[in-house]
Amino acid sequence: MSADLSQLFGHFMIAIILLFIIGAYCILASFNMVRILIGLEILIKAATLLIILAGYICGRTALAQTIVITLIVIEIVVMVVASGVTLWAFRNNESIDPRKLSELKG
Amino acid sequence: MSIDIILLFCLVLAAIWTVMTVRLIHSIIGLALTSVLLSALMYRLASPLAAVFELSVCAGLISVIFLVTVSFTQRVSKEEMPARRKERFVRFWGLLFIVAVAGLLLILFFKAPQFQLPPPAGEQNVRDVLWNLRHLDMLGQVIVLLAGALGVAVFFKEHKK
Repeated sequence: MSADLSQLFGHFMIAIILLFIIGAYCILASFNMVRILIGLEILIKAATLLIILAGYICGRTALAQTIVITLIVIEIVVMVVASGVTLWAFRNNESIDPRKLSELKG
Repeated sequence: MSIDIILLFCLVLAAIWTVMTVRLIHSIIGLALTSVLLSALMYRLASPLAAVFELSVCAGLISVIFLVTVSFTQRVSKEEMPARRKERFVRFWGLLFIVAVAGLLLILFFKAPQFQLPPPAGEQNVRDVLWNLRHLDMLGQVIVLLAGALGVAVFFKEHKK
């Protein structure tokens, strides 16, 4: 790896790891289903940036872009279904606090 | 200072603001801003098609989905706001500490004072890769989209009385 690419890798990796930490903390510390989804979104954004960075460093930007497009399609479906779950939970429990979803216990 | 470093710094700041702000509407705006900054970085990393997808789908469509979800759920009254703000700060001050410490450690670990983005290593055609090399992905995407539509339809199905 050339010096330029290693420096590029270093700067982007710092931001990617910090994004992972922020997203994971948001998921662990939130008691609101929408905020948990927002944390998941931030984690996915970190993964997206990592894939694009890997494609750029390896010189395979087209392959990285196709994988990211697939990831975005999966992301949108996950978010739509999870928002549906949130609305369903609010309709049935009058709350979007996951601790109050006691009906899901077996 | 390189524009990429500024963009990366703003990306992390926008993500922190998204997580720490009290109002959900502000969080959603912060998430859209994070997506816009990520799109700019993707464009800088020679991935314009993925950047356009990120900008239109993640900054646009997902923000609208979250806004609709929030508008259907309960609002926090103005009387509750100070208590919520205090509770949120107590729960999230650790994040600022962790991000600051992790950022310093990572800067020391990677030790990269300045950089210029080199030109992309090889030009490839996205269309060729998408339709020839990864054509099964398209089938998978169609199936995932249909599964998502079916999932939403099941959740909003009215029970017969």
